[in-house]
Amino acid sequence: MALQGTTREVNDVVIVDFSGKITLGEASSLLRRTVKDLTDSGHRKILINLDDVDYIDSSGIGELVSAYTTVRSISGELKLLNLTKRVHDLLQITRLFTVFDVQSDEAAAIRSFH
Amino acid sequence: MAAQTQRIEITLETLLESVDLAESIAMRIAENFGFSEEDIHKIGMSVREGVINAYNYGNQQDPRKKILMTVELGSDRMVIRVLDQGKGFNITEVPDPLAEENLLRTSGRGLFLMRAFMDEFDVRSGPGGGAELVMVKRIPSAISADAP
Repeated sequence: MALQGTTREVNDVVIVDFSGKITLGEASSLLRRTVKDLTDSGHRKILINLDDVDYIDSSGIGELVSAYTTVRSISGELKLLNLTKRVHDLLQITRLFTVFDVQSDEAAAIRSFH
Repeated sequence: MAAQTQRIEITLETLLESVDLAESIAMRIAENFGFSEEDIHKIGMSVREGVINAYNYGNQQDPRKKILMTVELGSDRMVIRVLDQGKGFNITEVPDPLAEENLLRTSGRGLFLMRAFMDEFDVRSGPGGGAELVMVKRIPSAISADAP
């Protein structure tokens, strides 16, 4: 399924709900554009919900990393929520689990932002 | 009578669409060969990463160049080769994506993932100077006894 993303806001945290696959091409571009649009419009607390994303390739991982560094460069926070097993395992073997703040509960994730 | 090796050759265009196509083909072959769902996924991902490598780095997204994928099915293994028409590369010069200083790089994980997902992985020089990625997945012995 092509990647789709919708955004919602809870308190001052923007939650981006993605569904589909984050792979090379339009999907990874969508992730990049979505985060850029949010940061350009002043958002500094971004929670990416990957509950409905069960496939990501190296390009998708690269875009997640890029999103993370982009938000961090403006003193913001980007966290991940509800990783599926495959995405979880990928982030683990690539050691990106040591980089990202991965959350498994939305309410707790929102509270964890500074 | 010894089982014969089946060989399938596919010439792919250097187009983004070839990545999905190659992945689908490899997964279908793996499924027919009797791999588990998890191994089919790993094979598909590895082929995806291999063709991305050929598309982006080997052939530099040049649509005039081709990517040759071959699949060989032996009695106990599936061997996949992805050959590009680029200039080749030395795998020892590829930065380690797990090194602390490279964790925030936005690229460079494809080779690592192929090595992680397949039982064997190697990079060789192709006949025309391009890079040939060779990846092997062994089929569990319980299934290989009944393999065609």
